[in-house]
Amino acid sequence: MFNKTEEKIIELLNSLASSFILVYKTIISCFMKPFETNLVIYQMVGIGLRSLPVTILTSFSVGMVLALQAGYSAMYVFNEPLYVGTIVTFSIIKELGPVLTATVITGRVGAAITAELGTMKVTEQIDALYTLGTNPVKYLAVPRFLACITMIPILATIANIFGVVGGFVVSRYKLDIPSTVYWTDTLDFLKIDDFFHGFIKSVFFAAIIAFVAIYKGFGTKGGAEGVGKATTQAVVTTLVLILVIDYFLSALLVALRIG
Amino acid sequence: MIKIENVHKHFNENYVLRGVNLEVKDGETLTIIGGSGSGKTVLLRHIVGLFLAERGTVEVDGINLGAVREHELHEVQKKIGFLFQDGALFDSLSVGENVAFGLRYMNLSEQVIHKKVSECLMHVGLAGIESVRPSELSGGMKKRVALARAIARDPKYMLYDEPTTGLDPIFSDVINELILDLQKNLKMTSIVVTHDLKSVYKVSNRIAMLLEGKIIETGTPDEIKNSVNPSVQQFINGSSKGPIKLKIKEYQE
Ligand SMILES: Nc1ncnc2c1ncn2[C@@H]1O[C@H](COP(=O)(O)OP(=O)(O)O)[C@@H](O)[C@H]1O
Ligand SMILES: [Mg+2]
Repeated sequence: MFNKTEEKIIELLNSLASSFILVYKTIISCFMKPFETNLVIYQMVGIGLRSLPVTILTSFSVGMVLALQAGYSAMYVFNEPLYVGTIVTFSIIKELGPVLTATVITGRVGAAITAELGTMKVTEQIDALYTLGTNPVKYLAVPRFLACITMIPILATIANIFGVVGGFVVSRYKLDIPSTVYWTDTLDFLKIDDFFHGFIKSVFFAAIIAFVAIYKGFGTKGGAEGVGKATTQAVVTTLVLILVIDYFLSALLVALRIG
Repeated sequence: MIKIENVHKHFNENYVLRGVNLEVKDGETLTIIGGSGSGKTVLLRHIVGLFLAERGTVEVDGINLGAVREHELHEVQKKIGFLFQDGALFDSLSVGENVAFGLRYMNLSEQVIHKKVSECLMHVGLAGIESVRPSELSGGMKKRVALARAIARDPKYMLYDEPTTGLDPIFSDVINELILDLQKNLKMTSIVVTHDLKSVYKVSNRIAMLLEGKIIETGTPDEIKNSVNPSVQQFINGSSKGPIKLKIKEYQE
């Protein structure tokens, strides 16, 4: 009836429509009783504990390498390492804190959500939930969504702190910049808006991670192999979406004079 | 009573159900037989609201599942126990929590739930394993726990999707006895999907055969055994020769 291209387009439109329906249903269900508070807390703790070490490690390393690069580049141009604190802090707080945290958590949490929900789907556990009178969106999607959207911005904030501290360690002990200079460079130019700029972005990234992971999990087909495929797809889709949307969000926030 | 009228369902080019008509009377045990991939599971799923009919109607006690809201559907679902083919136990929950799951939404006290759970587990011969995780159970035990979960809400109807497939002959018979027991003692109306003929003759009051998206014949076990329909004869004799051909297309995916 249709040729291959048309079929692909129809398929794409279908999945777009069904993903928007899922987003809509999940958000609506957040406000409907009964509130599954225990499940939300359980997910929040799970996400927090699972991601905290890796978040700290990556942000600390990135802070260090940023200071190193900024320091040596400045020395090359000005003969001394100027504004290292400023460069590190702005890069981390507005960009790398949120984006790197989101990236790492996509692999850690997003993948786990898709694999878990996908397994539940192919073993008919989600259908069993439904026939026992439970709404899968309410019981499975909402707690994961709420946990992501609260914990990921918190983790990004923690990443900001460790990134700046990582930058400090390199500035102080490798570049021999006095502590007061680093911290003055850091704090003098920083406005609360810069923090919000990154924070707001990480809320959006959290929503992307949660929705893609849940959508791919619920849509899993074809046994254990299908779970593997869905998980890979979820991770790749999330990463691409985060990096693409990052630009537009940043531009929008700048236009709104937030950071 | 469950009344299925002219139900159609397809997936892309795969027209699975093409006008199924079937009635299940209260108190009887009806068995649906048919080859793998003939749509038996798809048909069962329509009865519990997991699929909605594209055309035709599914009525449970006079309620048309395609025309009600979600909470009304959940009310109907409370009357129906569904034994999934592979059990579909929640592997993040213990056995006890699994069995209790459907009871949590019925405004019962913790005490009542607790008692009900141990009763149901006793019924399937697994008393006292509440705290065990599903992953620690064998296939047969999983199926029995799943059965306990399905009967916990005292459903009026029980749907069994291949309850004995993958079990050894002795375990199969244990399950068959359980089905008979529920039917006799709890007066449940049952629909059993299976291609295990021994099980069919043991538990059925009536048999229906699904072929090419339609119910081609219904009757008592004796009527089915003596059916003049060559497809029915081929199936119950387990012969590769006859009008039913394997559809190779299905295996191409
Ligand atoms: N959710 C689904 N999506 C696509 N195809 C499906 C789905 N469920 C079942 N089918 C197809 O419907 C046909 C009947 O499946 P099923 O009812 O499971 O057969 P069985 O009689 O062995 O239980 C099969 O060809 C199967 O591939
Ligand atoms: Mg089946």
